[in-house]
Parts: sequence; C-alpha cells; structure tokens
Amino acid sequence: MKAMQKSLMTAAVVAATALSGAAQAEGISDDKVKIGVLADMGGVYADICGPGCVTAVEMAVEDFGGSVLGKPIEVISADDQLKPDVGSAKVRQWIESEQVDTVAGLVSSAVVGAATKVLTDNKKIALISTAASNAFTTSSCSPYNVHWTYNVTAVANGTVKPMVQAGKKKWFFITADYAFGHALEKVATDVVEQNQGEVVGAVRAPLGTTDFSSYVLQAQASGADVVALANAGADTVNSLKTAAEFGLTQTADVAGLLVFTPNAQAMDPSTAGGMTLTTGFYWDYDDATRAWSARFKERHGAIPAMGHAGAYSMTMHYLKAVEAAGTDDSDAVMAKMKEMKPDDFFARNATLRADGRMVHDMYTVKIKNPDERRDGDDIFKVVDVLAGDQVYEPMLPECNFAKS
Amino acid sequence: MATFLGINLFGLFGQLLVGLINGSFYALLSLGLAIIFGLLKIINFAQGAMYMLGAFGAWLALNHLGINYWAALVLVPLAVGAIGILLERVLVRPIAHEDHLYSLLLTFGIALMLQGLFTHLFGSSGMPYAIPDELKGGTRLPFMYLPDYRAWIIVASAVVCGGTWWMIEKTRLGAYLRAGTENPQLMQAFGINVPLMVTLTFGFGVALAGFAGVMAAPVYSVSPEMGSNLLIVVFAIVVIGGMGSIGGAILTGLGMGIVEGLTKYFYPEASTTVIFLVMVIVLLLKPAGLFGKEA
Repeated sequence: MKAMQKSLMTAAVVAATALSGAAQAEGISDDKVKIGVLADMGGVYADICGPGCVTAVEMAVEDFGGSVLGKPIEVISADDQLKPDVGSAKVRQWIESEQVDTVAGLVSSAVVGAATKVLTDNKKIALISTAASNAFTTSSCSPYNVHWTYNVTAVANGTVKPMVQAGKKKWFFITADYAFGHALEKVATDVVEQNQGEVVGAVRAPLGTTDFSSYVLQAQASGADVVALANAGADTVNSLKTAAEFGLTQTADVAGLLVFTPNAQAMDPSTAGGMTLTTGFYWDYDDATRAWSARFKERHGAIPAMGHAGAYSMTMHYLKAVEAAGTDDSDAVMAKMKEMKPDDFFARNATLRADGRMVHDMYTVKIKNPDERRDGDDIFKVVDVLAGDQVYEPMLPECNFAKS
Repeated sequence: MATFLGINLFGLFGQLLVGLINGSFYALLSLGLAIIFGLLKIINFAQGAMYMLGAFGAWLALNHLGINYWAALVLVPLAVGAIGILLERVLVRPIAHEDHLYSLLLTFGIALMLQGLFTHLFGSSGMPYAIPDELKGGTRLPFMYLPDYRAWIIVASAVVCGGTWWMIEKTRLGAYLRAGTENPQLMQAFGINVPLMVTLTFGFGVALAGFAGVMAAPVYSVSPEMGSNLLIVVFAIVVIGGMGSIGGAILTGLGMGIVEGLTKYFYPEASTTVIFLVMVIVLLLKPAGLFGKEA
C-alpha cells in the first residue's frame, strides 16, 4: 500500500512537472505573432523577392484571418540592402527588441547565410523563400531552417537531366564568378557527368558583367551542344541577348539554369523564345494558380515570381502549424510544420522534410515565342511536371532533425 | 585552324574585334565625361544615370509613344540633354565655384535618386528592347560572326566621337569653349555669354550619355542598375586617358576595350579588374594620365 502511495505521488509530481512545462510552452508569446520579412527592397533582386514578398506574406496573414489562437498577427519588413551584415543586424534587432517570432522572405544566399545563423542561435524559424543555395538544408543545415520554393539542385536537375538524356552531351558553362554561380555550375556539372555527358568548357564571368560577347564567342568555339547560363538576373538577360545576337542560339541550345519570371519578361521574346528552364511555380498553370496570381497582381502590379508564391505558401503553413501546436514556440511549431503536409496552389505533392527542405512538384517550362503570347504576362509554356523527389537532393543523415 | 604559340589565332581575332566594339562604346561614354570635366571642371557622377535615362527613354519612346529606334536615337539624347541643362541651371551652378568634391557629391546623390526612382517605377529586372529590323542579322567573317548591330556601334561611335573631337579642337566654337573655361572674365569682356556656353556644354556632355544609352538598349539589359555598373569603369578610362583630354578619352576607351577583351579571353576572372590595374600603373608612372597635360 505504501509502495502504491509512493508511486502515485511520483506520478503526480511527474505529471505536474510535465504540465507546468507544457503550460510554459503553450500560448502565444507577447500576445502576438510577429513575422519579419527581410528582403531586397531596392536592389537587383527587388523584383524577385522585395516588396512583393511583403505583399505575399501580408496576403497569407489576411487569408488566415489576421489572428491565430485569438492573438493578432503582425507583419513588419526591412531592406537587407543585399548586405549580410545589414541583414543579420536587422534580424538580431527584431529578435531582441521587437519580439519577432519568425523571419520570412530571405533572398540573397549571402544574406540568408548570415541571417539564419542569428535565427538558429536564438531558436527562431527562418522561412526561406527565394535564396538559391542548397547549403541551408545541407552543409549549413539547422533545425530552424525551412527552405521552401526551390534550390540550385532542383533547377539544375530539372533543366539539365532531360537535355543530356535527349542526346545533348557537350556542355559549356557561362558562370557568375561568385559562390552562387560556382554552386550552380557544380551541381549542373555533376548532373551532366552522371548522365554520360561532357563539360567541354566554362568561363567565370564577374558579377555584373555588361558585355558577354567575348564569352559567347568562346562558347561558340567550344562546339558545345548546350551553353548553360549559371548566373541570374541581369547577367542572364545580358548573356542571352548576346548569345542570340551572335547567332549562338542557332547552332546550340541555350539553357538558363535560374530564370525568374521578371527576368524572362525583361528578355526580348524573339531571342528568348524556346529556351527551357525549371521553376517552382508558374502563375498560369491552372485555375488555382491563376486565382491567387490575379489577387497578387491586383495588389502588387505584376505577376508573381516563384518566390512570391512560395512566401505566401510558407507563411500560411507556418500559421497553420502555430494553430495546430497551440503555441508560437519555435520547436513545437517546427515539429508541427514537418508533421503536417503543405498543400495549396503552390505546394503540390509536397512534404517538409526533417532537414527543413520543402520538396514539391517543379515545372519544366519553355519561354514562349512572340506569336504564342497573348500579352506581356503570357511568357511560359509548362512542358513537364517533375516530382520533387526526382530533382531535390536526398536528405543528409546529419541534417535529419527528426521530429521529437 | 591557324595557331600561333598555342593560341588559336581565329579566336584571338574575334576577341580583338569584340574588344574594339566594346572600346567604341567606352569611348562614347567617356567622351561625355571628359568634356564635362575638361571644359567645366565638374566631376559628373550622374553620367551613368543619364546613360540609364537614355536607355529607358528609348524603351518609353517605343512602347508608349510609338517612336522607333532611329527617331529615338535623335530625340532621346535631346531630351536627356534638356534634363542635363535643367540640372546644371538648378543644382550644379549654385555650387560651381566650390571645390570639385561638392559637384561630385551632388551628382552622385542625383544618380542614386534617379536609380532609386526608376527601380520604384519600373522594377529592378529591366525592360526588353529588340534590335531594330534593319540591323538584325550579321556577316560571317572568316574568324567570327559579326552581328550588324555591333558593326553599327563602331560606325556610330566613330562618327560621334570624331565629330565631337573635331568640333572642340578644330572649330571656332570649340576655341570659344576652351577659352571661356580658361578665362571666363576675359571672354565675357569680349561679349561671349559664358554661362550659357557652360550650360550648353553640360547639356551636350549629358546628351552624349543619353545617346550611348539608346545605343545600348538593344544589346544590354535596360535596367536601373545599368549605369552604375559601367560608370566606375568609364571613370577609370577617363583617368587613364588624362582627366579632361577629349582625344585621350576616345583613344583610351578604344584601348581599354581591347585590353579588357583580351583579358576575357585569357583570364576572364580578372576582366573587371584589369582596367583598374592599368589605372594604378598609369597613375604611378604618369599622374596626369596618358594624354593629360601636367598641371
């Protein structure tokens, strides 16, 4: 009987401790959920995730109802100026004096690298929508990173593999000479070689090069079947313009490894038409994407790029997880996010893996020729849907932050 | 294929020609800067923004006013020049008698504001602008394919640069200009309206940047950042040529285009640095620049 009493007592104490622990985690800290959007508000990436990402996050908050668990949701934003120190300082300030619960947006991989370190140190969730590097779920993985829209591996696999398998064996790279370009070139080179292709040459062009004619001549002289542009933004637009001008597009295929819709709109359709690329989202895919995109365009003034749609989708998923977890405590919310399946107009056949990588359907698209276009927004033709597990890298064992 | 010392000669010729094309472009851009500095002693950091205005002007003209490339080539530089005149009258003139640094900071501020304004209005990704139909296609040379538009850049640049040099160095008007900046009081005593001349010169220098912008629209990305990317390089060219030397700016522009083109062939990673390397060496050996007069 005594033994029985004792064990009952123990049980009660354990239960009380567990309850008080739970009570601490439960509920919303500071009586609100605050989302900080860190993006490039006026630099070269402003169109792919700047003010548009803020709009997308705000739309998600409004569609969610403006409050979660009876507490208001607040969105604040800041310009990272594409500078890692500015970005990480802003994130630190948000956490220390503005009670921010999570940071969304996150564009330039360099800024994101610095910002995610601060977030992880403070156990806050990073909702990465537009950064390209795959480091955030591999070499620099963290239990607090969520990488949503795409990464270099997915776009390289999606674009390169089908081309090599279709017999385009000889590849030449025009690469942006910094970490992002090198990473993209490396991933793409691996895909080429795994599929018995051959890389016949590569040039590393400094970021912001205006004139690519020299590189285009070198690509032409290499006799490559495909000239791959491992760069982004204005570099892609400039190199493609030059490739078309020098007749390269008539003798070889040009593949843009990372092209966002605003970049594609900046290209003259008569030169860009026919180019194949991979994207995480296209506004004109079906009724669901069109409906959301129409709402976005009405507020933002331009069709959404994939990072915008991703920012909406991941914010929505975060808020649903907060509701399901009954708290805004990062560990509890992250566990819920990984447990629940993301499913909306953006995330199709999707799972958020234990390493924080959101794996979902990707799209192979072709840029439309001038005569195929209804208007300036009608830029891509979806030619294939790629299952996420076919294009994203498998999870690394050391990044398996299994739900606990 | 012909080779020399293991170098593919055809490839090399191609790179030289491409370098010459870029050089013509640099010459065109540095000319405007050289005129404004050489004659007015104003370091115009807004020149890159004016170049951007030229390219956007061409885009706006085509898409909103139905003005084609050829008309834009004349009208847009006039419009950009008018903006330059306004700038000079309203903002630059009041501080003209101060140290060079004031005009440098002022024009730099103007450039940043214009760039920000255009990013706000048109986004950061840029606008498409097609090559005019008359200049589509190209010629197959033995060693490379020369697009017609690139050939046109060489011709247009040669005409504009040559014409400007001749006007400033060889005509009476040019002589007035040079004298007016050398000794404004004396020239005014002779009945020449020096302030008007200064304004027009500034407008002309800025219009040259607008012209270069229209030339660039079909081949480079028309975006708010396009000017700031190029301005620093063009400044280096003007410094190498000798601040204020008109002929120096033209010749150095051509030369640096070729140097850069060769670097892109042999060691692309250094292609954005090589011009600054040359600048350092020139400044060490000849501080006034290759064609500059010692102060």
